[in-house]
Amino acid sequence: MRYLVTLKIAAQPDGPPPADLMEAIFKLGQEATEAGALLDQSGLAPSSEGARVEVSGGRLAVSDGPFAEAKEMISYALYEVKTKEEAVEWTSRFIKLHRDLWPGWEGQADVLRLFSPADFAPPA
Amino acid sequence: MTVADSHRAVEAVWRIESARVIAALARMTGDLALAEELAQDALVAALEEWPRKGVPDNPGAWLTLTAKHRAIDQFRRRDTYQRKLQEMGRDMELRQETAEAELDDALDDHIGDDLLRLIFTACHPAVPAEGRLALTLRLLGGLSTAEIARAFLVPEPTVGQRISRAKRTLADKKIPIELPPPAELPERLASILEVIYLIFNEGYAATSGEDWIRPSLCQEAMRLGRILAGLMPAEPEVHGLLALMELQASRIPARTAGDGSPILLLDQDRSRWDRLLVRRGLDALRRAEDLGTLGPYGLQAAIAACHARALKPDATDWERIAALYRLLAHLTPSPIVELNRAVALGMAYGPARGLELADTLRHDRALRDYAHLPAVRGDLLAKLGRAEEAAAEFRRAAELTRNTCERQLFLQRAATLCP
Repeated sequence: MRYLVTLKIAAQPDGPPPADLMEAIFKLGQEATEAGALLDQSGLAPSSEGARVEVSGGRLAVSDGPFAEAKEMISYALYEVKTKEEAVEWTSRFIKLHRDLWPGWEGQADVLRLFSPADFAPPA
Repeated sequence: MTVADSHRAVEAVWRIESARVIAALARMTGDLALAEELAQDALVAALEEWPRKGVPDNPGAWLTLTAKHRAIDQFRRRDTYQRKLQEMGRDMELRQETAEAELDDALDDHIGDDLLRLIFTACHPAVPAEGRLALTLRLLGGLSTAEIARAFLVPEPTVGQRISRAKRTLADKKIPIELPPPAELPERLASILEVIYLIFNEGYAATSGEDWIRPSLCQEAMRLGRILAGLMPAEPEVHGLLALMELQASRIPARTAGDGSPILLLDQDRSRWDRLLVRRGLDALRRAEDLGTLGPYGLQAAIAACHARALKPDATDWERIAALYRLLAHLTPSPIVELNRAVALGMAYGPARGLELADTLRHDRALRDYAHLPAVRGDLLAKLGRAEEAAAEFRRAAELTRNTCERQLFLQRAATLCP
C-alpha cells in the first residue's frame, strides 16, 4: 500500500534548521530507501512561489500564492509499505528527529493512503 | 492505544527491523536458526512489554538489545561460554564483561554487511530453490509461515518443513554466515537474483487472484530488490533485476479485464500503467547501464523499457527490441527468447522476416507442446494474408494451451480468419 505523508509546520524558531537535524533526516531517508519503503520525497518551496487554481460558483479562478493557511506544507514523502502502522512508524521517526534536534519546532504530518488498482474494479 | 493497536504497532516495527535484528544476531552467534529464535523471543517480549510501557523511542535498538541479552543468557545456560573461558584460564568475570562490551561494539556497525550476509546465506545454492524462497521470505521479508503458505498455495506444514530443512542443510553443510569469496560471488549473486525473481513471478502470475497476498509477493520481491540495490550498488544486474521488476509491475493495473481474463501487452490501456514504477524502473535501468554491460536481467529490463517508453503501441521501437533479443539470445540461448525475437522481427521488418525465424523453431523439441509457437506463427501468417494456414495454427494453439481464457482467444482468432 502506498502512503503519502505531508509535513506541515505550525511554529519554528528563527534561522535555518540545525545541521544535525538535516544530517539525521538524510540518514533516515537513506535508511527508508534502502529498506525499500521510501519511493519518493521532496521538499516544497513556500506557497508564495506557487499558485492556486479553484472553481467556485462555476467560475475558474487562478490566484498566486502565498495562500492564507495556518500551517505551511513544507515537504512530502511517498512510502510503499504493508500496513498503515508501518507508514506511521517511519513518519514518527521523522517527526521525532524534529522534536529531538530542533527545540521549539512544532508541526504535523498527515499519513494518507493512496488508492491502488486493487481499490477499483478493472475495466470489463 | 488498545492492545490490538499496539500489537499492530509492534508488528510494523518488526517488519522494518526484523531482518536487521536477525542479521546482527546471526553474525554474533554464527547460527541462523538460533538467531531467528532469539529474534522471535525479542518480538514476544516486545508484544508483552510495549502495550504496557509504550513503544520505546528507538524500537529497533530495543529489539536488538533484548535479543542480544537473550543470546548471552543462552550462552551462559549452554555452558559453552564458561567452559571456553575456563579453558583459556583467564579471570572469568573480567573476560565476560569484556566479551559483552565487544559484542556491543560489534553490533553497532556493519548493519548493511550483516543484512548482505543474511541474504547470501538464505539464498545459498546448496539449498533447493523452494527452501531458499521460503527462508528468504521468512528471514528477510518477515513473513510468517502461514503467510508464505497462503502466498504459494501450499499447506502450512509444508512451508514449515521447507524452512527447517533449509536451515538444517545450512547447518549440516557448515555453511558459514559470511560474504562469499570474490571467486564465488557471481554464482552466489545469481542465486539471490533468481530467488527474488521467482518470488516476483509467483505474484505476477497471480495478479488477478482473489487473495491479496499473492499479488503482494510482487511488492515483497521489489522491496528485496530495492534493499539489495542499496547494499550492492555497484552490481549492474542487481539494478537490472530491480528495473525489470518495477517495469513489469507497472503494467499490473492494465493486465487483466474485469472478468479476470488477461489483456495482451499491445491491447493494454497504457494510461493505467503505474507511471511512478515506470519512472523508477527506467532510473534503475539507467544505473545498470552506467555500470557497464547489461546482463540477462538488464537486457530484459531494456526490452520492457522500450514498451514503457512508448505512450502508444505503434510508437514502440521494435528494431531496438529485436536487437536486444538478439543480445539476450546470445547470453542465454533459449528457443523462447528466439520466439520472442521472431515476434519483434515481424513487428520491425515485416511478418515475412518474423516467420522465417519462427519456422526454424518448428522442430525444436522444447517447443513441441508450447502453445505460443503456433500462436505466433498464426499471427504472422494472418498478416501475410495466408488465412487458412493461420487459422489452423490458432486451432493448434487452442489445443495446446491449458489456460481457458487463452483457448477462447485462439479459437476466436481462428473463427475470424476462417468463418
